[in-house]
Amino acid sequence: MRKQIVRSVFLAAGLGLMAGGALAQKTETEKGIDRYRELIADGNPAELWEMQGQELWKKKAGPNQVSLEKCDLGLGAGVVKGAFVSLPRYFADTGKVMDLEGRLAHCMKTIQGIEPKVSTYNRDDHKNIVALVTWIAAESKGMPVNVPQNHPEEKRVYEVGKRAFFYRAGPYDFACATCHAEDNKRIRLQGLPNLLKKEPAGSAYTSWPAYRVSNGELWPMNKRLEDCFRQQRFPELKFSSELSVALSMYMGVNGNGVASLAPTIKR
Amino acid sequence: MSSPMRIRAKVEGDVADVRVLMSHEMETGQRKASDGKLVPAWFIQDVTAALNGKTVMTAQWGPAVSKNPYLQFKVKGAKAGDKITVTWKDNKGESRTDEAAIA
Repeated sequence: MRKQIVRSVFLAAGLGLMAGGALAQKTETEKGIDRYRELIADGNPAELWEMQGQELWKKKAGPNQVSLEKCDLGLGAGVVKGAFVSLPRYFADTGKVMDLEGRLAHCMKTIQGIEPKVSTYNRDDHKNIVALVTWIAAESKGMPVNVPQNHPEEKRVYEVGKRAFFYRAGPYDFACATCHAEDNKRIRLQGLPNLLKKEPAGSAYTSWPAYRVSNGELWPMNKRLEDCFRQQRFPELKFSSELSVALSMYMGVNGNGVASLAPTIKR
Repeated sequence: MSSPMRIRAKVEGDVADVRVLMSHEMETGQRKASDGKLVPAWFIQDVTAALNGKTVMTAQWGPAVSKNPYLQFKVKGAKAGDKITVTWKDNKGESRTDEAAIA
């Protein structure tokens, strides 16, 4: 009996060591990834998009030959600073909750008279929207996320986002929550943020738009979500659709209070 | 028409640290498009940097350099307010020059 207890104590100690070792190893790996991110963060090519976006904002374009400077992103006409961290929000003029990309498409249409072709990501007018989004996001760098929940419609859209987040479907019986509702999950070396918690949700929400080193493209939030849907083998998520906005809103509100990082650089 | 470069230069002592981001496709000529045909090579071949008009660095690049390249170098004998000019020329003969004042 006594011997058995001693043995089980040893066993427990051994397990403890193994677990400790595994943990230490993981943090080493994570340190390595952080170091890599730090190295590539200086000279983030997203700055090229920022420069373009800043010019596009002031440039007269479309049949009406006007700039976007009168575009209301939720904080008043032409106010850019802080707009990124407080979207999506309800807009009285359209009677809808809109995200930044959708709002820009709306401004291009109503102010400049352009009918933006946004159905194909990273082509045509969508390219301009991506550049604008990058610059607008950069203007809010470091500001705390502050996605509003005042209007009943904003609350409703948040609930839609929540339902969509947990909704299991598709050939894999997958939901966003399958990967993003637990701590310390990852795919290969990619950490999967737990979007139910404030810190990871806030930094995930403000990690996009980001420059993707692997394909040399800049991905805004809509593209990120669309690709999540593709990975789940869901039908295509339409640009700035109600569902896309709802998921953005769910993530944004969950991350309220976290300092904005965008634009970032990703593998 | 290519997009402008982003050039930042900061002086410390008499050495300026210059950081340049270029906007370029940098196609290697090895990739195939969805129609199965090779995407023709298109990359920056020559890079020249000048301080107040005097060439301080030249580089020959090839297809191994990444898309949207980032270049960092140091220049001795620079002062704040000096002009840094960077020029690239690609294998299609297209080129671009941008300049920035050293901060």
